[in-house]
Amino acid sequence: MPLTGIQIFKLLPKTNCGDCGVPTCLAFAMNLATGKIELSRCPFVSEEAKVQLQEASAPPIRPMTIGTGPKALKIGGETVMFRHEKRFENPSGLAMLLTDSLSNADVDARLAKFNLLKYERVGLTLRPELIAIKETTGDAGKFEALVSEVTKNNDGGIILMSDNIDILAAGVKACADQKPLIYAATKDNWEKVAALAKTNSCPVVAKGANLEEVADVTTKINQAGINDVVIDSGSRTIRQAFQDQIIIRGSALTKKFRPLGFPTIVFPCEMTQDPMMEAMIASVFIAKYGSIIVLSDFQGESLFPLLVERMNIYTDPQRPLATTQGVYEIGAPAEDSPVLITTNFSLTYFLVSGYIETSKVPTYLLVMDTEGLSVMTAWAAGKFVADAIGPFVKKSDVWDKVKHHKLIIPGYAAAESGGLEEELNGWEIMVGPRDGALLPGYLKTWKP
Amino acid sequence: MAIEIPRTLYSGKIKTLALGKEGKSVSVGGETSYPFYLFEGEMPNPPKIAMEVWDCPPEDWPEAALEPFADVSNDPVAWAKKCVNEYAAEMLCLQLMSTDPNGLDRSPEEAAQVARKVADATDVPLIVWGMPNQSKTEEVLKAVAEVCQGKQITIGPVETDWHKRVGAAAIGYQHTVIASSPIDINLGKQLNILLGNLGISDQQIMIDPTVSGIGYGIEYAYSVMERMRMAALTQQDEKLQFPIVCNISKETWKAKEAKITVEEDPKLGDTKKRGILLEAISAMCLLLAGGDILVMRHPEAIRLVSRMITELTKTE
Repeated sequence: MPLTGIQIFKLLPKTNCGDCGVPTCLAFAMNLATGKIELSRCPFVSEEAKVQLQEASAPPIRPMTIGTGPKALKIGGETVMFRHEKRFENPSGLAMLLTDSLSNADVDARLAKFNLLKYERVGLTLRPELIAIKETTGDAGKFEALVSEVTKNNDGGIILMSDNIDILAAGVKACADQKPLIYAATKDNWEKVAALAKTNSCPVVAKGANLEEVADVTTKINQAGINDVVIDSGSRTIRQAFQDQIIIRGSALTKKFRPLGFPTIVFPCEMTQDPMMEAMIASVFIAKYGSIIVLSDFQGESLFPLLVERMNIYTDPQRPLATTQGVYEIGAPAEDSPVLITTNFSLTYFLVSGYIETSKVPTYLLVMDTEGLSVMTAWAAGKFVADAIGPFVKKSDVWDKVKHHKLIIPGYAAAESGGLEEELNGWEIMVGPRDGALLPGYLKTWKP
Repeated sequence: MAIEIPRTLYSGKIKTLALGKEGKSVSVGGETSYPFYLFEGEMPNPPKIAMEVWDCPPEDWPEAALEPFADVSNDPVAWAKKCVNEYAAEMLCLQLMSTDPNGLDRSPEEAAQVARKVADATDVPLIVWGMPNQSKTEEVLKAVAEVCQGKQITIGPVETDWHKRVGAAAIGYQHTVIASSPIDINLGKQLNILLGNLGISDQQIMIDPTVSGIGYGIEYAYSVMERMRMAALTQQDEKLQFPIVCNISKETWKAKEAKITVEEDPKLGDTKKRGILLEAISAMCLLLAGGDILVMRHPEAIRLVSRMITELTKTE
């Protein structure tokens, strides 16, 4: 459990020197307890106290970064079991498996795919983050060459997988500056793997046959000086792997059990041969606590659904996703195309633009910033009402593009039509349907 | 190193409902833990999948979804039989799309007759689902309840605005109701209380939290369902201890991403498999949040989700 301010105070020098920027040791202790200040600001704290305090103040699940640079993947740092309790912090990283038994052409094709499969959605780029390179041939030179090849024109983070310490070392040599995640330290080889990781400042996966064994390994490599650890619980059946994920997070959060207070890695690619089932298994671990999910390959038809699922589950419940305000052209609208207005709640935008696309009627869609609220909520909150909509519509340059002055408003904002006719002198205000699903029918019969 | 397994303190239990005709009934609910947390409690009745049947030929289904039913799409009875005989459906959900006032606008009586024929033709539990957010649905569901007397079907969505008369019909004709609320735990609970006050027994109520698919805000339903389960299981909130029904397939197949062809956007991959996974992964998320019955469409998506249910519940 985290220490209280008073417990922390007892471990401090109690000199009230003020060097930390806070007048008294008690005030410093209080700030430390609430995470407002770092322990390192106190120059006089004893080594012994430092160890005790750092242990107690560390986050229950260690946050860390895989890879380097702006696209490095953040994992760990989770604080809740259910997203509504606060939010899930770091979306599961998706990794593509590459083995050294693949032909050069296959490797090239997969790397090209890795770079290609990115999707734009609500102003975000959805993309996979990692490449897991696995040794299967026992050939260190081959492995090293493959790792070099991957690092050449790829910005994905790297996971190096081998049972052989020399081969792992060869892999690390080829990409040490990228801080690859080393897979894996086990009860048998942890000393050597920890040494390799320590020399190169790399994170390490601790793997065991079960959680007890994993906890032993994480403890040992921690003691050997490795802080950035990722857990592979070893389970490859769906039920057990699912249960492990819940127990790992629960132990870390509710029991503050340090040996399991780390992000996790899961391997749907080792749980089934069927690519469709693999996607299903991955979808479970996106929702239930997998920090890194390794897939045998990426295909658009399964990667896209997983990425949108991930976006949804990791959305901050306190901050709705919003779309940028502006004029959206759907189809190829012309001067006699309809003009619709809606709010910038991203779901509203998706649904409305989706229905307009379905209608196949080229349309201008005005999206107004309502702080991410839906039509009904924004209307009720006074953010999507005549005196706000009027000026926004007037200013829009859409009226240079169409030759009519007709504006279609959502059915749920029908009450604003009178007010809008006053605000927008010379415009004709038309009330569209309440349900977006009825938009195609409405648009098909619409005449300028 | 010994691991002390953290355990949730459960104090409640989801009610068990027997759906369908006597002798052929299927039990749902009965959970004593969060979904698939089988190291903490039980899931005596694994979640069920109700195969979707429309009462009129679908016009906007993507080819992949229509293909398995192309030969029966204009005959709800044949469609229902195909689901049961060919795809071994454990339940059915007849969607009364023909009653849409902005579509075919069929009369409540006509729709009820079709429901009756489907109920007569099959033995698995039947859900009859009207159009949401339509005042006409009240008349439709009342007619269905009456015409299907003795068939012990499930009717929905029953919304707060008109729960009384549909609820009364359900009591009178002994059907189960699906209490439908707009993604809001408090409104959901309130409707369950109102239905209880009306005299509907706890064995005749299920919850529709209103769901959407991945990419279209599934997180709202996901969290509302998780909160419902938390209240039901750990806070003894009796008015939320009902099985949850998720009418999901309609939502996923209408999304534009289920229709875009691989030629139009190669990055999205195979159209058919993508449509199947959009449905199956959405369903999987809802199962993890607490769904007891999923209304689903594509036989392959159903196969995937069924296998996941088996995998997550099987003993080694």
